[in-house]
Amino acid sequence: MNPSRWLRLCGAAFLCAVFLAGLFAGSVTQYSYARQFRESPSAAPSSVHVFGTDNLGRDLFTRVLYGTRISLLLAPAAALLSTVIAAVFGSFAGFTGGWMEKLILAAADLSMALPLLFVLLALRAWLPLDIPPLVSVIATFVLLGLLGWPASLRVVWAAARNLRNSDFLLLAKAAGCTRSRIILRHMVPNLRPVLLAQFWISIPLYILTEATLSMLGLGVMEPLPSWGNLLRGLEDFSIVRANPWRALPLVLLVLSMISFQLILPAQEEIT
Amino acid sequence: MIARSLWGGLLTVLAAGSLAAQAQSGGELHFCLHGEPKTFNPILVDDEASENIRYLTGGVLIRLNRQTQSLEPALASSWEISRDRRTITFHLRKGLRFSDGTPFTSEDVAYTIKLLMDPQTHSPTGDAFRSGEGTVDVKTPASDLVAITFPAAIAGLDGLFDQVAVMSAHSPKKEMAVLGPFFVAEYKAGSYVLLRRNPNYWKHDAQGNPLPYLDSIRLDIQRNRDIELVRFRKGELQLIGRLDAEQFERLRHDDPSAARNAGTGLDAEELWFNQVPSAPLPEYKKAWFRTTEFRKAISSAINRDDLCRIVYNGYAKPAYGPVSPANHFWFNSALESPKYDPKSALALLARAGFKFEKEILKDSKGNRVEFNLVTNSGNASREKMAAMIQQDLSQLGIKVNVVTLDFPSLIERMTRTFDYDACLLGLVNTDLDPDSQMTVWLSSGENHQWNPNQKTPATAWEAEIDTLMREQAGAPTDKERKAKFDRVQQLVAEQAPFIYLINKDVLIAVSPSVIGTAPVVLNPQAFWNAEILRLSPGTALGAQK
Repeated sequence: MNPSRWLRLCGAAFLCAVFLAGLFAGSVTQYSYARQFRESPSAAPSSVHVFGTDNLGRDLFTRVLYGTRISLLLAPAAALLSTVIAAVFGSFAGFTGGWMEKLILAAADLSMALPLLFVLLALRAWLPLDIPPLVSVIATFVLLGLLGWPASLRVVWAAARNLRNSDFLLLAKAAGCTRSRIILRHMVPNLRPVLLAQFWISIPLYILTEATLSMLGLGVMEPLPSWGNLLRGLEDFSIVRANPWRALPLVLLVLSMISFQLILPAQEEIT
Repeated sequence: MIARSLWGGLLTVLAAGSLAAQAQSGGELHFCLHGEPKTFNPILVDDEASENIRYLTGGVLIRLNRQTQSLEPALASSWEISRDRRTITFHLRKGLRFSDGTPFTSEDVAYTIKLLMDPQTHSPTGDAFRSGEGTVDVKTPASDLVAITFPAAIAGLDGLFDQVAVMSAHSPKKEMAVLGPFFVAEYKAGSYVLLRRNPNYWKHDAQGNPLPYLDSIRLDIQRNRDIELVRFRKGELQLIGRLDAEQFERLRHDDPSAARNAGTGLDAEELWFNQVPSAPLPEYKKAWFRTTEFRKAISSAINRDDLCRIVYNGYAKPAYGPVSPANHFWFNSALESPKYDPKSALALLARAGFKFEKEILKDSKGNRVEFNLVTNSGNASREKMAAMIQQDLSQLGIKVNVVTLDFPSLIERMTRTFDYDACLLGLVNTDLDPDSQMTVWLSSGENHQWNPNQKTPATAWEAEIDTLMREQAGAPTDKERKAKFDRVQQLVAEQAPFIYLINKDVLIAVSPSVIGTAPVVLNPQAFWNAEILRLSPGTALGAQK
């Protein structure tokens, strides 16, 4: 087996293990993610608490597992949503050109100019206080997906514009292909590397944005864990220095992102 | 053995004596302001940064000793208050001069009071003196005698003069001519304020040496508290007025001699339920929140010791009531200490008609007891407290949804829409006298948070508090005032409109190079005795450079 294939297998196995552990968190750990072991706050890893505890004495391993469930399911979903929006409108703008291109790009610029945090803060102020934490989480990720498309759109549009005058599209047009067929059968496959890159880049971005939003009162609320709010505790590096095990969620996030990259098909394989 | 210990003792005394001798007059003390000072005019002060500058530069007639919490003569060598608490007469020290050399007389006091009470000036300091309709009469029968008569009695009148820095009536430098230990020498907006030693300051030490010892104080404007701590560790700063528990713990770990705990402070963290009749809440929730047993049960079910130990690393104490034990005179020591007792909490709830079935608490109509607890986002301590309260109350079968909101949204809900169930916030207390809390305790007050701006008191106990607060304000002696305010504290403890949680310790960082520091719980905690602070040799940089 060649090394790249072996690495890809490792990445896939790791991601599967993390996904499954998150999905079946209730069977993997005996604790509740909200239970506070107040006699042992910020405890080091031990046989009782494998990853140690956080500053309220909650089992960090349990919180990481439940946090995985939320972040690894919802962040890719949000990333997929924003990438699909970017793919549809970006490739359409790149392919058609003219006033439609201008209109779509202007809409993207306008969305980028909107102060995202203020929009979300206004939304939080508007939402009722008694919405369940899970609804709040889902609403947050849907919003992130809906509001996170403009940056990806610009990248997709630039790639689509380069393809606009390519020979194979000229041949497709000459052969009488419809506009939608050209986009779906000829352009999108050629944009795949760009779209995949945008998708993978967006996932950690959304996880970290969710962490920021938690600080502003929108996002995952206590006691529900997410990778975002687990990472929040790491803002102060002296805490990590004093309790290195608190960085385990970060290690998990980094390993997961590397695994995502490893399982991606290589550029040459795509083209 | 005895000889060795004698030698040891003698060497210690000699070393201490030598250190004191080496500790020099002069040098520049560095610390931070946490915001831009909005004004250098002492009667317009309304922000913390300007208040710190006023404290260091302003000369006052009476000074509150931050350590003993008693009033001491300053520019006035003595004073008398009339029986009706309307007139105060000051006997001024003679021969004093402002920092620019202008002589200090009773005219300056009269000028300051007139400015202070002039409605056109809009002085926040003057608001405390506005007791009733009418004008303030100031008489200056001699250059060292001033009698000020207010239109109505003022509670704690002499104590209010701690905030009134006397301004010169004749100096061309206006408010920049001061009577305090330092004067403002330089100000670079956004960067620093440099205070230099006032050569005409009136105080001397026991040996007759002029005070202050320091040549100058440089106040760097620095909002970020973490950067402030980093600079302190590098030796660029010598004082930090307030640290949070985590910062303090880190500093104590790295440099125990610099971390100083002044003890339990005046500030409290508290929780209250929304009792506003017009609040957009279901009627059954309003009924819970209006029930004293419900509020007291919540109070009993919160483990305050755990809050102190886990959230504040042990640098806090369970709160008794509206007045912290740090307020020596006004604290009601007869109040019972709060007890964590979930069983008695359940008993109280049962008495009020609540039922605890299958780990769920329901009211008499079968509604599940569930409420949202709002607090401001970005405050890690409060968020942790909310999570702990959530777990504590889950033992009673109560479901708490913690919601963090940005501060403007929170204030909007607290003061305008009243769309919240319960709120967790902190009470910042800078004044010892209960008169400063009038707007909190009067049912008509805007800070009467559980049900503000009432036209008539909603309950009998609120009516009683209204009467007691008005009576204490007009009582002729502090002893009588105290008796009435003790009763207010008792009523608040019995009715629990505010559920007091903890009083935080006052945590300070002081470089070992600063000699003479004695951190206290009153503001300004670290430099209240700036006039006798000095730097040990080797740190006296800055002004002479």
